[in-house]
Amino acid sequence: MRALTNILQLGIKELRSLARDPALVILIVYAFSLSIYSSATAIPEAPYRATIGVVNEDPSPLSYRILDAFQLPYFLPPQAITHAQMDSGMDEGRYTFTLNIPPEFQQDLLAGRHPAIQLNVDATQVSQAFTGAGHIQQIVSSEVTTFLQRYHGQDALPVEAVVRMNYNPNLDRSWFGAVNSVIDQITMLSIILTGAALIREREHGTIEHLLVMPITPVEIMLAKVWSMGLVVLLASSFALRFVVQTWLAIPIGGSLGLFMLGAALHLFATTSMGIFFGTVARTMPQLGLLIILALMPLQILSGGQSPRESMPEVIQDIMLAAPTTHFIELAQAILFRGAGFAIVWPQLLALTAIGGVFFVIALSRLRKSLN
Amino acid sequence: MMTPGESIASLKNVTLEYGNSRKGKTRALDDLSLEIPPGRMVGLIGPDGVGKSSLMALVSGARRIQQGSVRVLGGDMADAAHRRRFCPRIAYMPQGLGKNLYPTLSVRENLEFFGRLFGQDKAERDRRIEDLARSTGLNEFTERPAGKLSGGMKQKLGLCCALIHDPDLLILDEPTTGVDPLARNQFWELIARIRRQRPRMSVLVATAYMDEAQRFDWLVAMDTGRILDTGTPNELLERTQSDTLEQAFIALLPKAKRAQHREVRIPPRQPSDEIAIEAHGLTKRFGNFTAVDHVSFRIERGEIFGFLGSNGCGKSTTMKMLTGLLPFSEGEAKLFGQPVDPNDLAIRQRVGYMSQAFSLYGELTVRQNLELHARLYRIPEEEREPRIEQMFERFSLESVADSLPMSLPLGVRQRLSLAVAVIHKPEILILDEPTSGVDPVARDSFWELLIQMSREEQVTIFISTHFMNEALRCDRMSMMHAGKVLDSDTPQALQQKRGAPSLEAAFIAYLEDVSDDDTDAPAAAEVPPAVAASPADAEAPMRFSARRLFSYARREAMELRRDPVRGILALLGSVLLMFIMGYGISMDVEDLSYAVLDYDQTSTSQAYSLNLAGSRYFVEKPPLASIDELDERMRSGEISLGVVIPPGFGRNLKRGATPQVAFWVDGSMPTRADTVKGYVQGIHMDYLKTLARQAPIGVDPASAGVALRYRYNPDVQSLPAMVPAVIPMLLMMIPAMLTALGVVREKEMGSIINFYVTPVTRTEFLLGKQLPYVVLGMVNFLVMVVLAIFVFDVPVKGSFPTLTVAALLYVVCATGLGLLMSSVLNSQIAAIFGTMIATLIPAIQFSGMIHPVSAMEGVGAFIGHIYPTAHFLIISRGVFAKALGMADLYPYLIPLLLAIPILLLISIAGLRQQEK
Repeated sequence: MRALTNILQLGIKELRSLARDPALVILIVYAFSLSIYSSATAIPEAPYRATIGVVNEDPSPLSYRILDAFQLPYFLPPQAITHAQMDSGMDEGRYTFTLNIPPEFQQDLLAGRHPAIQLNVDATQVSQAFTGAGHIQQIVSSEVTTFLQRYHGQDALPVEAVVRMNYNPNLDRSWFGAVNSVIDQITMLSIILTGAALIREREHGTIEHLLVMPITPVEIMLAKVWSMGLVVLLASSFALRFVVQTWLAIPIGGSLGLFMLGAALHLFATTSMGIFFGTVARTMPQLGLLIILALMPLQILSGGQSPRESMPEVIQDIMLAAPTTHFIELAQAILFRGAGFAIVWPQLLALTAIGGVFFVIALSRLRKSLN
Repeated sequence: MMTPGESIASLKNVTLEYGNSRKGKTRALDDLSLEIPPGRMVGLIGPDGVGKSSLMALVSGARRIQQGSVRVLGGDMADAAHRRRFCPRIAYMPQGLGKNLYPTLSVRENLEFFGRLFGQDKAERDRRIEDLARSTGLNEFTERPAGKLSGGMKQKLGLCCALIHDPDLLILDEPTTGVDPLARNQFWELIARIRRQRPRMSVLVATAYMDEAQRFDWLVAMDTGRILDTGTPNELLERTQSDTLEQAFIALLPKAKRAQHREVRIPPRQPSDEIAIEAHGLTKRFGNFTAVDHVSFRIERGEIFGFLGSNGCGKSTTMKMLTGLLPFSEGEAKLFGQPVDPNDLAIRQRVGYMSQAFSLYGELTVRQNLELHARLYRIPEEEREPRIEQMFERFSLESVADSLPMSLPLGVRQRLSLAVAVIHKPEILILDEPTSGVDPVARDSFWELLIQMSREEQVTIFISTHFMNEALRCDRMSMMHAGKVLDSDTPQALQQKRGAPSLEAAFIAYLEDVSDDDTDAPAAAEVPPAVAASPADAEAPMRFSARRLFSYARREAMELRRDPVRGILALLGSVLLMFIMGYGISMDVEDLSYAVLDYDQTSTSQAYSLNLAGSRYFVEKPPLASIDELDERMRSGEISLGVVIPPGFGRNLKRGATPQVAFWVDGSMPTRADTVKGYVQGIHMDYLKTLARQAPIGVDPASAGVALRYRYNPDVQSLPAMVPAVIPMLLMMIPAMLTALGVVREKEMGSIINFYVTPVTRTEFLLGKQLPYVVLGMVNFLVMVVLAIFVFDVPVKGSFPTLTVAALLYVVCATGLGLLMSSVLNSQIAAIFGTMIATLIPAIQFSGMIHPVSAMEGVGAFIGHIYPTAHFLIISRGVFAKALGMADLYPYLIPLLLAIPILLLISIAGLRQQEK
C-alpha cells in the first residue's frame, strides 16, 4: 500500500516534469500525428509510380498495346528514349526500368521465332527493382498472350488463377505504413523518455535525494514505467483512433482494446529497456548514441520494414528476444486480420515474459548503479 | 559625488523581470540607478535574491536588458556592436563553483581555451598561463582535470580564466561562496596583489559574507532589487552606528524586515544518555584515494554537532555514508543504536537530509515539491496541508509557492531544500552546508529554527558549514581536513586549545599544522606582475575569427577525447549497424509459407499444387481441410498464402471449361503480398506453358519472352544493393546525434555563459562545435567504406574522391542538423527525441533507401526532395554500383552545398547571444 502511493506520487511527478517541457510535448504530438500521417501517405500503391524509359524499335500494334498497359499509379507514363539515353538515364537514376522492344517484334512473335524484349532494371533501387520487374514481366506476357489469343481467335485460358487479397483488398500501402509508424513511435518514445528521465535525475542529483527517503529502487523504476508508459499509451491510442481511423480512414479489423493491452505489455518491456540504457550510459550524449544503436535494429529487423521470413535464420532467432518482433506480429494480427485473444495469446505471453526479464535486469542494474 | 562620465558602469532606471506573465513575474531589479566608480574594488552586498547576480549579468552583457539603460566602459550595453567591442575588456565569473569551467579538461587546457578565445598566440598564452598559475599556486596541478579540484582551487582557476586577457573590469559573482576560510583568504590576497599590479582594473564583487565586505573600497547595499545605500565600509558603519557590516546591513533594511530579525540565543542543552549518531573508524576509499579516513564521533540525542572544513575534505562523504547513500569501506556507523542499513526504510523516515547541491525537482513548483515529499514521507492527509502551510511560513516561501525553483535565487532554493528536509519532522537532521549562499537574516532565522528543534523537540542535528559564526553556535564540532578529523570539542574549547582569538584563527592554526602545498602559496608573493601591458585599446575584434572558432573546436575535441565511450560508440556502433542492416534487410522475399486446400484431389490438381511446391520461394505447410481453417491459419499469421483448388478442377480442365484456382494472399503486409502475387502469377504462367506443350492439339506455342537484366547488381544480391544505402543512413543518424547535445548540454550545465560573455560570435561557436564531429564523421565514413570493400565485398566502382567530397558535405549537413536541434531546443531529452524524429524517418523512409523518391507523394515526397540523405544516397549508389564520377554526379552535390548554410542560419537564429 505504502509502495503503491509512492509509485503513484513519483509517477505524477514524472508527468509534471514532462508537462514543463513544452518543446518535448510538441514533439510528441508531432510524432503521433503529422509524422504518422506523412509516413502513411508518402508511399502510394504498388509498385508506386515507377519510372520507365522505352526504346521502341517496333512501331506495331502489339508494342503500343504493351506500352499502353503501363498505367498510373503503378507506372509513370513510359518515356520514349534512344539507346544512348537508356544508359545515361539509368546511371543518373532517371529511370528505374528501361524496356527495349526489338525491331520486328510482332512479326517474329507471330512467326513463332520467340523474340524477347529486353528489360533493364536498376538493381540499386532495392524494393522497386524486385517487385517492379515481376510486374513488368507479368504485363508483357499477359499482353502478349491476349494478343495471341485474339489473333488465333481463342478467348479463354485453360486455367485461370484468381488472386485475392485478404484484409487489404487493394493492397493499400498507407494501411501498413500508418500502423507500422505508430508502432515505431511507441518504441522510440518510450525508450527515450524513460532512459533520459533517469539520466536527468542523476545529472541533477535528484536521484540521491530520493534514495534518502523511504523509497526503494523498485518504486522509482515502476513510477517511471507507469507514467511514461501511460503517456505513450494515450498518445498511441489517440493516433490510432483519430489519425489512423479518422484522418487516414483506415479500417481497423480487430479490437482496439486488445491491441492496447498488447501495447501496454510492450511498453512494460520498452520502458524497462529505457531504464536499462539509462543505467548503462553515464551521460546524456552517450544515451543518445545507445538509443540509436538499439532502435535501428529494433525497427528494421522486427518485421515492420521487411518480412521476417526473408531474413537470415540467425537474425530471426535473435530478434525473438526483442519485444518489437512480437508486438508487430500481434499488431498485424489484431489490426489487419482481426485476430482475437485466442490467436494472439502467444504474443501476449512472449511480451510479458520479455518485459519481465528486461525489468528484472534493469532493476538490478539500477540498484547497482545507485550504490 | 561622481560625474557619470567617470564611472566605469552606469545604470539608469533598470528593471529586470523573470518568469512569464501567466505565472506572475518576479522582479529582480526594480527601477535601479547606480554609478560604479572606476579603479576600485566595489562590493555588492545583500541577501540572496535581491538582484546582485542580475545586476552583474547585465553589466557583463550576459543578460539582455529589458528596461532602462546600462552603460559600461563608455558604451551602451544594449548595442551589440559595443558589446562585441568591449566584451574582451570585461571578465565575468558567474556564481557557482567552477560554473564557467569545463570539468573534464585539465587546468592548463581550460586556461589555454580562454587564451585562444581572446586571440593570444602560443608564446603569449604560455607566458600568461605560467604567470597566473604561479601566482595562484595552481602551477603544480596544471594537468589535473578541473572537475577534480577542490572548491577553492576551482575558484582560483575560474579567476585565472577571467584574468587571462587583462580585463579592465573584473566581475566576480560570489567568488568565495562555498570555499574554506584559508582558501578564501588566499583568494582575496590574490585579488589584492593583482590590483596592485594593475591599478587601472576595476573589480565588481558580490558576496554573501559580510566580513569580507570590509576589505572592499566601496560598497553597494542592496535589497529587493533596489539600492539601500552606497559608500565606503566606514561610511556605512558610521551612518548606521554599527560595529560590524552585518549589523549595519540589518540597520539599513526597511523597518518591516528588521523586525523579523532577532539575536540568536542558544538556551543550554539538557544532556541526554541516548546516542543518536555514532561512528567508529569510518573510512571511505574511492580507488586509491581515501576520502574519509577513520572518522569517529558520537552525537547525543538533541545535540547540534557541526562539521567545519573546506570543500572536498570529506564532510559530504561522511554524511552520505550516514544516510546510507554510500556504502563505507571500513568502520561502523549507527543511527539510534542500529547499524546503518541502506535497505531499512523505517530509519529513513526518522532522518532528514539536505544535500549540498540543490537536488529538488526544477520542473515542479515550490508547492508541488513540498507536496510530493509530504506524500512520500506519508504525512497523513489531514495533516498535509497545515504542515505545508507551516513550512511556507517558517521558511517564508508563501510568495514563491507557485514559482519554479530554478527561477529563484540560490538562497531561496536552499530554504526550500531545508523545508523539504524537515517536512516529516525527522528525529535526526543531516544538513550538508545548508546555509551556504543564504543571507544573514535568513540564516539567523534558520538557526533559530534549528535551535528550537534541538532544544524543544530533541532533534539531533548534524550540520556542516563554512561559516565560523555558525560553527560557534554548535554544541560540539569537528574540524576536518583531507578526510581526517583534526580535533573535536566544543567551539570554545577548541579556541582555547590553540589560544586563538577567534574560531577562524583556531581553524587556520589547525589547518596550517597539516597543510601541504595544495592550499598554501607562499611563493606567490614575489611573483612579478602577471601581466605586462594593458591590451590594445578597444580595437574592435574581428567579426569572424578563425582562431576563436578553432579554440572552441579544440575544446570540443578534447572533451570528446576525454569521453572515449562516445567516440567508440559512434565508430563501433556504425560497424555493428552496418552488419545488422547489410545482412538483415533483404528485399527478396523467400520462404513464404502457404497451404493448399484441394477440393478436387485428382492427379491433375496434385500436379498443379506440385508446381507450386517446386518453387524456391514457397514453403508448403500441412494441407487445409476447409475455408474456415484457411481463414484461421492466415489470421494467426501461420500462412501468407492459401491456394484453393475447386472441386472438379481436373474434369473441367479437360473439358476446356476454364476452372479457376483461387489464391488467397495475406494483404496485411502490402509489399510482401505484391511479391507473392507476382510469384504466383509467374508460376501459373509456367504451368500454362507446360500444359500447352503437353496438349496433343492446342495453342500454337508462339510466345515472347522478356530478357531480364539487372543492371549494377546482376546477381540481384541484397548486399551490394544495401551497403551503398546503409552508409548514407548511418552517416546521417550518428553524426547528427553526436552534435545534438552539444549546445543544449551547455545550456543545461551552465557553461553556456562563456559564450555569452566572451567575444565569440554565434557562427564561430556553432562551427567550432561542429568541426570535431565532422572529423569524427569522416573517420566513420572511411571505416564504413573499408568495411564495405573488404568485409562485404562491395567494391567502389566509381570515383572515390567524388564520394569523399560528397561525404564531407553530407557529414557537415548531418552535424549541422544535430546542432540545429541543439540550438533551438532547451532540454536534452527534447534534443534527443527531436533528432531521432528529424533523422530516423526521413533517412529511412523518405530518402529512397527502399522506395525511390519519385514514387513518394505528399509531405514525404517534399521531404525526400530536400533531405540531404536522398541526394547523398544517389551519389553513394552512383559511385559504388554504377561506376560514376564527378561529371555525372555534381548536380546532386548542389543541394548539399545549399543545405549547409541554410542549416547554419537556422541554428544561428535559434541560438540566443544573451540570456533572456
